[in-house]
Amino acid sequence: MRFSLGKWLLPVYSALALIFLLIPIGYTFVFSFNNSLKSNVQWVGFTFDKWLHVCDAQGVCAAFGTSILVGIIATVIATALGTLMAIALVRYKFRARSAISLLLFLPMATPEVVLGAGLAAQFLSAGVPKGLVTIIIAHALFCLSFVVVTVKARVASLDPALEEAGRDLYGSPGQVFWRITFPLLLPGIIAAALLSFALSFDDFIITRFNNGGVETFPIFVYTAAARGVPAEANVVASAVFLLALIMVIVAQTTSAARRKRLAKLTL
Amino acid sequence: MVGSAFAEAGADLELVGIHKRFPGFTAIEDLDLRIPAGSFFALLGPSGCGKTTTLRLVAGLEQPTSGRILIGGKDVTDVKSFKRPVNTVFQSYALFPHMSVLENVAFGLRRRGISDPVGKAHEALQLVELDHLAARRPQQLSGGQQQRVALARAVVNRPALLLLDEPLGALDLKLRRQMQLELKSIQDDVGLTFLHVTHDQEEAMTMADTVAVMNKGAIEQMGAPEELYELPRTAFVANFLGQSNLFTGPVISSKGESMVVDISGVKIEVPKDRSQRHNGEVTIGVRPEKLSVHSEAPAKAAGVNVLGPGRVTDVSFSGVSTQYLVAVPGLGPITVFSQNMVFGPIANLGAEVWVSWTVDHGFGLADDPGDAPRFASDTNTATIATQTRNELLAEIGEG
Repeated sequence: MRFSLGKWLLPVYSALALIFLLIPIGYTFVFSFNNSLKSNVQWVGFTFDKWLHVCDAQGVCAAFGTSILVGIIATVIATALGTLMAIALVRYKFRARSAISLLLFLPMATPEVVLGAGLAAQFLSAGVPKGLVTIIIAHALFCLSFVVVTVKARVASLDPALEEAGRDLYGSPGQVFWRITFPLLLPGIIAAALLSFALSFDDFIITRFNNGGVETFPIFVYTAAARGVPAEANVVASAVFLLALIMVIVAQTTSAARRKRLAKLTL
Repeated sequence: MVGSAFAEAGADLELVGIHKRFPGFTAIEDLDLRIPAGSFFALLGPSGCGKTTTLRLVAGLEQPTSGRILIGGKDVTDVKSFKRPVNTVFQSYALFPHMSVLENVAFGLRRRGISDPVGKAHEALQLVELDHLAARRPQQLSGGQQQRVALARAVVNRPALLLLDEPLGALDLKLRRQMQLELKSIQDDVGLTFLHVTHDQEEAMTMADTVAVMNKGAIEQMGAPEELYELPRTAFVANFLGQSNLFTGPVISSKGESMVVDISGVKIEVPKDRSQRHNGEVTIGVRPEKLSVHSEAPAKAAGVNVLGPGRVTDVSFSGVSTQYLVAVPGLGPITVFSQNMVFGPIANLGAEVWVSWTVDHGFGLADDPGDAPRFASDTNTATIATQTRNELLAEIGEG
């Protein structure tokens, strides 16, 4: 019998790759139940205490709250501006349109260290005190490119005849935007908003340069790591991960159900 | 102009000296057109002739480079599309995918704040026999059903002018026939002015009161379908609307009601009042179904043109008629449509035949088939390159 490479090599390789990917998440999750005192490095014993009293550890919840606040405000700003830019870039011909399209990729391609340091220098020379506001400005800035790219794809796939039909049917420009363009772009806009929230929540490097004394969750974890990350940080991280997982599962199952219903109706 | 009330009746549409230039090409060149209220008007032409651009100008989706557009006597050239008393059935239907069929139909009514939009939308859906599908999404309907929803969505607003942009293009032949009849009966019922754009000559002829044949941004000829068919004035109309046998040659004599044209030695008589030109080189023609095929030389008679002998080079059977291609020396192939009154062909491939027709059926054109186009074609690489460069220049801000 011929030695079949694909028969067992591929599954084993896939399993190893998956385990490799999931170990850090698994570790974080498991150690959120560790009954540790200060440093959460060695397994002491199982407890639900850390989940029940997350906010007892100093700074965890405040940092988490800051991250959520920054994420939401930066996302709203980036999504609103980015959506308008995406529509303009696809729909209208104007001076330097392709140049702007290209320039929008730059923040994505620039190393975060450079972006963060550059911003910090600008804030310094402009005399803007570093703090919550500078973090939000910095986050809105780097999220903007991602929003434009995501929404642009959606705008490009939108049939311009739909908006023309709206105008033809007595819709004023505002009505056409809110009743036709916006609802049809909404899936793209939501995707862009989720992406930019995730990017903002996650960001460490750019934030580190512009935070002043304000601690976001990643900054808190980094600072805490010097003297031992409290298990409560694991709880927050695990909770965020679980929340994201639940959202994905819900989205998948509802869209599958809708497809099924649609297929049944069209038959 | 757009009040809360419906248009009482259709309105006149008048286009005065319309020009439309896009970067790199001219879509419409000096177009004048008047469509009387309540008529079913068809703009017929090949793709790229400017007919869809004309429609978009009337709808307000494009602005003319110069010229005026008048609806019901009022100048609407500078009126925004959403304030014009005009509705369009788009080629792609353009139904809103995120709304139910009912909401699609009610959209225009709601925007104008007309009372009972839902009730009126249901009535319009009943008119196109789709009320039972009112709750569905457009993508759950078949192509024909979507077309009817698009029609209901436009008609429900009772516009003074309804624009139809090849709305039947995506349908199969049978559904298309059915929809043509339905459209025609809706037009009779509601009495609106219909402007229908199509490249399908049969559709234009069966549905419209008046057909305008468009070519390269201008109207070649306009008139009732029979008139256009029986008496085409240009080679383009003669060939685009049905088929024609065309011959070019000098007029050699002209007396009384008719003139004689010499086509490489063969003399063909044409009535003078059916000819646009009466001296010099002229192009004359006759429709294939006006010709008869004879297997023996027919006796010379006054008022009949006879060509032949020639050879049958092709016979194709198409149910009601048979098409023969007859090669007459010096004249090229002549197409003959012969009704199938007997079983089997009346002449076989390779047979020697004569072709004849009554002089009265001939017509003389104003131009020659080989005439240069009105303006140069834009499909060569040099113009495309210029166009691209202009676009780029405009984009980098030099334009």
